[in-house]
Amino acid sequence: MIQQHLTLLPVIFPLIMGALLLLPPITNSLARQRNVALAACLVLIALSVWMVQVASSGSIQLYYLGDWKPPFGILFVADRTSALMVLLSSSLTLGALLYATGGDDKTGMFFYPLFLFQIAGINGAFLTGDLFNLFVFFEVLLIASYSLLIHGGGKQRTQAAMHYVILNLVGSAFFLFALGILYGTLGTLNMADMASRIHQLQPDEQALVKAGGLLLLVVFGLKSALLPLQFWLPRTYSAASAPVAALFAIMTKVGIYSILRVHTLVFGPEAGDLANLIQPWLWPLSLLTLTIGAVGALASPSLRMLAANLVIISVGTLLIAAAIATPQAIAAALYYLVHSTLIAAALFLLADAIGEQRGKPGDRFVSARRVQQPILLGSAFFIAALSLAGLPPFSGFVGKLMLLQASSEPSIASWVWPALLISSLAAIIALARAGTSLFWRVSGENSASEPAAVLKLSGVWLLLICSPLMVIFAGSITEYTRLAAEQLFNIQPTLELILPQGAK
Amino acid sequence: MEAIFAFSVGLLTAAGVFLSLRGRSFPVVVGITLLSYAVNLFLFSSGRLTINGAAVLGTSEVYADPVPQALVLTAIVIGFAMTAFVLILGMRSRADLGNDHVDGRLAVEPEEKKK
Repeated sequence: MIQQHLTLLPVIFPLIMGALLLLPPITNSLARQRNVALAACLVLIALSVWMVQVASSGSIQLYYLGDWKPPFGILFVADRTSALMVLLSSSLTLGALLYATGGDDKTGMFFYPLFLFQIAGINGAFLTGDLFNLFVFFEVLLIASYSLLIHGGGKQRTQAAMHYVILNLVGSAFFLFALGILYGTLGTLNMADMASRIHQLQPDEQALVKAGGLLLLVVFGLKSALLPLQFWLPRTYSAASAPVAALFAIMTKVGIYSILRVHTLVFGPEAGDLANLIQPWLWPLSLLTLTIGAVGALASPSLRMLAANLVIISVGTLLIAAAIATPQAIAAALYYLVHSTLIAAALFLLADAIGEQRGKPGDRFVSARRVQQPILLGSAFFIAALSLAGLPPFSGFVGKLMLLQASSEPSIASWVWPALLISSLAAIIALARAGTSLFWRVSGENSASEPAAVLKLSGVWLLLICSPLMVIFAGSITEYTRLAAEQLFNIQPTLELILPQGAK
Repeated sequence: MEAIFAFSVGLLTAAGVFLSLRGRSFPVVVGITLLSYAVNLFLFSSGRLTINGAAVLGTSEVYADPVPQALVLTAIVIGFAMTAFVLILGMRSRADLGNDHVDGRLAVEPEEKKK
């Protein structure tokens, strides 16, 4: 009975739990809120593991809301890719929530409900099969993220939130324009139905659909921080409180996932005259994103800013894979996506923990007091740095190696290899500088701050431990991502499953 | 009718884009509001313009496409909530930062420099 509704549960469950957290018996005490939120998160992880298990057999789970069959009703689709993304978002949440119990949840009201609402939005965006529904879930996750960003208050956050909110509101307007164009020409917003109708367009309508598809790229590019639209990211991420910044690490991936989903299914290789619509744009933009991320990483004045710029580097790397657009590259990208999200989140948490123990200078790269727990925090930073820079034996190395292998064709490799390798070098230099100035440039008396709480640091370690685990189980994970990428590109079975009578 | 409709949507969009590129938060909020009006009208027209058409079966000879109407309804609700939020945020930033510039600081005027 539950399995029948499994596809909807990762969306509806956090929504219900978030609403419950607002009600009297739980909302009155912080301890109860923490316990219920952590319990909800554990259940969510169990649900998503189950979902991955179901999806790994290769079957695509469909859920018709209100039993309205597509193309008329709203549809939820859980294939291998979406199940993986849902598992990623729930594991990330557990790490961020564990860290938040250390005190970041006390600075304002409704921290946990907002957190759960945002998870509901993110999971919804991963699972929906309808373009308008994707817009709705974008808005759900955005409005929760607006409130979370400003949570705790302060000048810097207000300033960053102003930019972030206005940019995203304009982005939402663009999204609706794109949806209007696509509905007006294709007559549907169900992604599978759009994919099957895109062949039957009149030549004069093709230009319109092209404009709509490229507008969608602008919107998803804003979410994922593609080059001309990435300026908001470092400031926003470094202004947010640590658990929120960690959760935001997956927000850029929502944009990347949407690009992968929409531009393989609707505008993919089988879209006739409109096939591979975004590739000519994505190539230069992704390479430039990577470059600007590397320059930003070298110029970062604090660890949070550095982590934010490393997020931009990872976005550039992933979009290069989306530009190559072969199943092999996408498989590498999915592996790299999971790795970079978890480790970037861990680095945001770590930056906060280190900053707290260094007193007034915080996580800026200047000399300060010695941190209270140099070995514990230092080794965590070391693992995160090695992993993000892509050095063996951690998961970043495996991910980058897979990506380099996927782009080994000489015409592609001459562009991709230098960009990827030089950006890795920039990341190594920036992280080495960060590590030496944070841990070794010590001045003044010893730190008087208290050591970080065990539960708080367990959040960091939980995320970090995923890196060696992803190497140990690399065989089965890469096999899963390879099949997921093939499923993403092999759209005919998906179309036949979703539209049994209408698929062409 | 189509020409007037298209002209109004275009005018609203142009005004919205112009205002949302201003430096003060109030014009930006008004610009975003205008942009969302333009979007709603545009979305409405994506089901083609019909006169005297009903969206419910069995009530009229001519039918209008009901889907864009449902989409617009959703978009209006979301747009309304977002506008309310950005308005409050604008007031908050006016209080926190001491001015209503979107960057949180005013550009230095040339005359002030001379003083």
